[in-house]
Amino acid sequence: MLEVRDLSKAFGGLKAVDQASLDVRTGEIVGLIGPNGAGKTTLFAAIAGFHKPDGGRIVLDGRDITGLAPHQICAAGMVRTFQITQPFARISVRENIMVGAYFRTADRRTATRLAESVAAQVGMTDQLDQPGSDLTVAGRKRLELARALATRPRLLLLDEVMAGLNPTEIGDIVEVIRTVRAGGVTILLIEHVMQAVTSLAERVYVLNQGRMIAEGTPAAIAENPEVVEAYLGHGAAKVLRA
Amino acid sequence: MRNLAVAAALLAALVYPLLVPNYLITVGMLIFFIAFLGQSWNVAGGFAGQTSFGHAVFFGVGAYTSTILHVSHGWNPWLAWPVATAMGGLVGAGIAFLSFRAGLRGSYFALITLAFAEVFRIVANSAAFTRGGLGMLIKADSRLENFQFTTPIAPYYLALALCLVSLLIAWWLTRGRFGARLVAIRENEDAARALGIDVFAEKVKVLTLSGAMCAAGGTFYAQKYLYIDPTIAFGIDKSVEMLLVTMVGGAGTIFGPLIGSIVLTAINELTRNAAGVFPALKNVQPLSLVVYGVMLIIIVARLPDGFASLLWRRRHA
Amino acid sequence: MLDPQIILAGVLNGLLAGGIYVLVAVGLTLIYGVLHIINFAHGSLLMLAMYAVFFLWKLSGIDPYVALPIVTGGAFAVGFVLYRAVIGRYSHGKDENILLITLGVSIIADNGALLFFGGDTETIDVPYAGKIIELGAAFLPLPKVISCAAAIAICLALGLFMALSDTGKAIRAVAKERQGARLVGIDVEHIFAVSYGIGIACLGAAACLLMPTFYVTPQSGYAFVLVAFTIVVLGGMGSFVGAAVGGFLIGVTESIGGLLLGEQLGQIGISLIFILILLLKPTGLFGSRA
Repeated sequence: MLEVRDLSKAFGGLKAVDQASLDVRTGEIVGLIGPNGAGKTTLFAAIAGFHKPDGGRIVLDGRDITGLAPHQICAAGMVRTFQITQPFARISVRENIMVGAYFRTADRRTATRLAESVAAQVGMTDQLDQPGSDLTVAGRKRLELARALATRPRLLLLDEVMAGLNPTEIGDIVEVIRTVRAGGVTILLIEHVMQAVTSLAERVYVLNQGRMIAEGTPAAIAENPEVVEAYLGHGAAKVLRA
Repeated sequence: MRNLAVAAALLAALVYPLLVPNYLITVGMLIFFIAFLGQSWNVAGGFAGQTSFGHAVFFGVGAYTSTILHVSHGWNPWLAWPVATAMGGLVGAGIAFLSFRAGLRGSYFALITLAFAEVFRIVANSAAFTRGGLGMLIKADSRLENFQFTTPIAPYYLALALCLVSLLIAWWLTRGRFGARLVAIRENEDAARALGIDVFAEKVKVLTLSGAMCAAGGTFYAQKYLYIDPTIAFGIDKSVEMLLVTMVGGAGTIFGPLIGSIVLTAINELTRNAAGVFPALKNVQPLSLVVYGVMLIIIVARLPDGFASLLWRRRHA
Repeated sequence: MLDPQIILAGVLNGLLAGGIYVLVAVGLTLIYGVLHIINFAHGSLLMLAMYAVFFLWKLSGIDPYVALPIVTGGAFAVGFVLYRAVIGRYSHGKDENILLITLGVSIIADNGALLFFGGDTETIDVPYAGKIIELGAAFLPLPKVISCAAAIAICLALGLFMALSDTGKAIRAVAKERQGARLVGIDVEHIFAVSYGIGIACLGAAACLLMPTFYVTPQSGYAFVLVAFTIVVLGGMGSFVGAAVGGFLIGVTESIGGLLLGEQLGQIGISLIFILILLLKPTGLFGSRA
């Protein structure tokens, strides 16, 4: 469904993403992991149209979307959430989600119903009338997810949706993400919470210092010495094996 | 309950001129007219969050377009009115296109609108077709077919009608996709973009609407007072008035500009009679503006959602 | 076309005016660089300072140049207190809030002046106002030359202060890295107030330098604020070199514009430059922040 080929993005002299490639097949949940500062969010931002890539191609369902604006990419069926949540603070949760719903319909009643059903899907029905600014971290994460879902995407890019959640909340969100995929949405997620990655993702890519260093099932990745070294430092793999 | 209050207020507004002396009818007209102008600012500044310091540019474009068509080309002012309105929309679209293409936001956008107003003012002050600094006088011919008035009653109802139209527009914004998108843009542009909103296009649309409304007010003003000049049309006083009235009443709400207009007109009336209290003052008219300035600071500092937030629970756009 | 001698005269006069503009712009860019505030009240406060110079002269006969230390010191105090009491206290959050608050201050100042001083144009008559220095076809009024030289001297002195004094270093630290400055023990709020005060003190000095050859009305504030913003945006917000280059450029532009298009229409050059810079290069010639 999604093909990213040799994507590069530099800021000033710093190469944030260096010739990264990945594939996401329809119906999959794919993980993107890597140590802090590896360039994961930059890669996401470039894929979703928030940065213009310096090189490389992004193809969604056979259509080249490289360099398109975010709202055009949303029209192509791909939507992203933000690592630092961006709720519409002064309007209600319902109205927040409706902004996403309005992408598919111009009618207020339809948008309201869609928003309410999406809210039910992520478990926010009780909070529909609260202003966006009143939500807890967990609530905001759900809201990010709900808003994106309301646009009825085919591919969902989730950026660290678990960050800042306690284990119970993580468990809840993992369930929600499973149901979302069951509903027909393909998912690419950035995550630091390994438990979530291993329980959700069928395949995982590992990014380190802008370069893709490994790809495989979560189990295979965990054994990969390069991956271990990326996280724990040079020579760690050898030390661990000894 | 709220609908009942609105209906009662509407009824009161309709019978008001029959019960009060002429002077108060004019005050009423001013309240509704300024509320209308404020709503034009509110559409872009309140709902969409695009604060403009130079909205007078649209007001002046409207006033001068209809006046030039009427005085220099013999058009009937009623016919010139829609043309003036369209011109305002065009200028709005133009300024929006240029500014947002360049990525201007926040304070920079506010300042560039001020600069545009200034450019128009200087041109109007120097050009022949606007009679330069002398301004333009509309010959008195007080017939309604000529868009002129013999009594304060007709302008009152016209101003009331304009105000009602603007309230309907604001109400429509709270109920539809366009308005929801504007609010999303105001709250968080990047998130709006990620959710499929073409932020640039929506901003241009709202400035077009705002400019058109404001220009319509410009024509009304010209026909009521029968005289415009570059400072009246494009000066900062008008821009500030529109901004202030909305912020005081509640930016981004339906009734904000109307509430603000009532408050500011009341202040104006009170200070008008202050000449007796402050004999040392050479000229009392700026006193209300001084109070406006104080109010602006207090509102921004203490009551950013305006008086509307005091009257009913914060049910923002 | 115009005689090149006349154009030269226009350029020279523009440079002289530009010197004082630099002083005004330096204050504005300092305030932006340190506090990240767009001080909309800048023009109005300059107008009030000019009235202060006028009244000092009218009521006590003090020559505007002699009044320099008084008005500059007083302006610093006014700026400091204004920041502490109003601007610093209420400008939490969005930068638009601060713009609106300084707009409020300017409305109060402009209309307060109208209220208390009336709408008349006020000027100062100094005995040396008529003295001219001839430079070819250029007739340069002596006070303008003195004022320009003084403005440049003050800017240089300010530069030295910023580079060498402890307060100056603290200000530069806060401008560069607010949190870091806090961490090394700098009282950031105090520095904010001092910086704002210095910015307004520049206006006090500029007022003394303007009054011998200029006039003041309550509308002067509005006229000056556009010029000041154009200079700072042209030069780059927060850049002192930019303010200097911008000040002289705008001074010359205004002068030549007046020569070519007449006093009224000539002013359009400034607004057009402002618009063009914002549309084409919002960071200005020397600025780094968009």
